[in-house]
Amino acid sequence: MIETRSLKTLTRRQLLSRGIAAGAGLVVGSGFVAGRDAAWATEMDAMKPDSFATLVQMARDIYPHDKVGDQYYAAAVKGYDVPEEVDFAQSGIDMLEDASRAAGFDSYLGTGWEADRVAILRGIEDTDFFQRVRGGLVTGLYNQKEVWPIFGYEGESYSKGGYMYRGFDDITWI
Amino acid sequence: MAAPFELTDDNVVVIIGTGAGGGVLANELAQKGVSVVALEAGGRYLPEDYVNDEWESFGQLAWTDTRTTSGDWRVARDFSNLPAWIVKAVGGTTTHWAGASLRFQPHEWKAFTTYGEVEGANLLDWPIDADEMDPFYARAEDKLGVTRTNGIPGLPGCNNYKVFEAGAKELGYKEVHTGRMAINSQERDGRMACQQTGFCFQGCKWGAKWSAAYTDIPAGEATGNLEVREKAHVARILHDDSGKVTGVEYFDANGDLQMQRARVVCVAGNSFESPRLLLNSASSMFPDGLANSSGMVGKNYMRHLTGSVYATFEQPVRMWRGTTMAGIVQDEARHDPSRGFVGGYELETLSLGLPFMAAFLDPGAWGREFTTALDSYENMAGMWIVGEDMPQESNRVTLSDVEDQFGLKVANVHYSDHPNDIAMRDHAYKQGAAIYDAVGATRTLPTPPYPSTHNLGTNRMSERPEDGVVNRNGRAHDVPNLYISDGSQFTTGAAENPTLTIVALAIRQAEHIASEMNQGAL
Ligand SMILES: Cc1cc2nc3c(=O)[nH]c(=O)nc-3n(C[C@H](O)[C@H](O)[C@H](O)COP(=O)(O)OP(=O)(O)OC[C@H]3O[C@@H](n4cnc5c(N)ncnc54)[C@H](O)[C@@H]3O)c2cc1C
Ligand code: SF4
Repeated sequence: MIETRSLKTLTRRQLLSRGIAAGAGLVVGSGFVAGRDAAWATEMDAMKPDSFATLVQMARDIYPHDKVGDQYYAAAVKGYDVPEEVDFAQSGIDMLEDASRAAGFDSYLGTGWEADRVAILRGIEDTDFFQRVRGGLVTGLYNQKEVWPIFGYEGESYSKGGYMYRGFDDITWI
Repeated sequence: MAAPFELTDDNVVVIIGTGAGGGVLANELAQKGVSVVALEAGGRYLPEDYVNDEWESFGQLAWTDTRTTSGDWRVARDFSNLPAWIVKAVGGTTTHWAGASLRFQPHEWKAFTTYGEVEGANLLDWPIDADEMDPFYARAEDKLGVTRTNGIPGLPGCNNYKVFEAGAKELGYKEVHTGRMAINSQERDGRMACQQTGFCFQGCKWGAKWSAAYTDIPAGEATGNLEVREKAHVARILHDDSGKVTGVEYFDANGDLQMQRARVVCVAGNSFESPRLLLNSASSMFPDGLANSSGMVGKNYMRHLTGSVYATFEQPVRMWRGTTMAGIVQDEARHDPSRGFVGGYELETLSLGLPFMAAFLDPGAWGREFTTALDSYENMAGMWIVGEDMPQESNRVTLSDVEDQFGLKVANVHYSDHPNDIAMRDHAYKQGAAIYDAVGATRTLPTPPYPSTHNLGTNRMSERPEDGVVNRNGRAHDVPNLYISDGSQFTTGAAENPTLTIVALAIRQAEHIASEMNQGAL
């Protein structure tokens, strides 16, 4: 999960006043990226905040689940915000921005509509950058235990005695 | 009490690998008073160690040492270093397995005679038949406690099964039931009944599912005749000037090279590692690899054609609740060339948790076509196709240029579908989708084969030495005291999940080896 760390102490108003809206549900400030509702925020260790916001939006556009909040996508790509990964990520994001400009937009986050971003991603889907980000999301996103309930998945069951007495055959509509 | 044997003891039978084949063989021999040293590359994990978490369990149990791939199967693209999903642990892949335990149909022992010449396929009859196997199947079913045999009731049907059953019956299928499963539907052999926990692929924490790890292996150790050395990775099989094997070299838990002498060596490392070991044991006397005068070591790799069908519905199914493989349709298992292919297939329910579903539903896919399917995860039902794939010489395990952590060449696995495989899979996809459509599926999703769980045929059994690697007893045609004891000895794959047959063959082989030893012929 994304930690709010020192940003925890900021009120929602203070947090929002220190950043600017970016992408669908993101606020970018100096040294941090937060949710538009300020329900979560993460401080940047190595990556530029607007680059991270772009990466979060890209993650959502690759595996869009409308019921899954941005904080889970942010958690899934936070691993690039380390010194060993940041150059790789930044050069990929630069390429993504070039592709966005070539498609007639100011930036990836400046596109506005998902369909435009998906078209841009289709153009770079064979690159190492895209494939590594996509591949990493398969576990980075779907293996977050906090995400499972959103899909109804119940996870570990042994400690609860399995489903023998908890609905293994409770289907009624069939 | 586990017996300790000396490295210099040349009276022991050395078994390499402790899965369905090796684990059972080790116990069966130990029960007969034969001294056995079983060398297992993996560590020992028991029910208290298993975790109800797909990726964590995979990290704990799966064989993740490098392998390489080639051929036009999708696995080579999507999982290029993971051609198989199998286990490296005491008990082998019986920790992961789902427990479906089916006998071959009688005609499947004679695939060449039954199907005739199939272009591009390397079909052959097994040198043994259904009558000969019958008593060994009976013993295997009793050992594994297979439901619907020996008076053991079937398991109750879970949600995933109920959807599957209703659709199958709607379609007119007759042989539809909750399967013949090596999972206790009631207490048996000191192991409790299934609690419908739903993590059968991650190791059964209740011990309700049969696994060699906590049945045959401790039973063998209790005789005092079996020593299992874990984290012992066999590198090479050694032989003398007369062409008999004399022992094996292995890397122990500290990475030190050891040599264990042997009277007999039985190879049971599953269908990639067993041929790899024979190939890595090449010598001036056996320049193409041990026991390979036929050139068949590594060839004719089979994996069952497989594939899955998932479907979404208007209302919840919650397929993950309950046994992972919870029921079967057997009507399509017959040989009926009017369908456009030889051989047949089984349909079996299957459930994956959300993390594995995301990885395997359509590897490499992205965007809303993919994510909307996962959005309906709670309303999803699923089934797996198990069908006979054609043996082809070009589908094979060879030595790669890549080396493992011990400096040993790893296995490269090459596989391409035969046209018969493609025709059968297409048929099965259609029938699977029709089952779900019949009960109101809103969407059906054909899913490509996962990394192989059934790996067969790479040291196949043959009547004539020029057609295969081992004879009717699993004994190498070329080396009198070398045996193959796992799924790699399969001549053809049949439509059924292989493990019951691997176990029956191991029980049979134990009888043979013990009797040969008594007669002084080994
Ligand atoms: C998820 C899953 C579900 C399955 N479900 C079913 C099912 O329902 N029904 C069914 O019939 N089958 C099922 N199977 C298949 C079944 O598990 C295998 O067919 C069976 O376990 C194979 O037995 P084996 O003896 O050939 O090899 P394994 O059981 O894989 O054992 C081989 C052992 O050898 C060891 N080894 C390998 N190389 C070396 C070496 N060089 N030195 C020392 N040790 C070595 C390995 O570490 C391993 O422990 C399933 C498999 C999987 C993965
Ligand atoms: S569903 Fe049954 S067999 Fe499978 S892991 Fe749970 S208790 Fe064991």
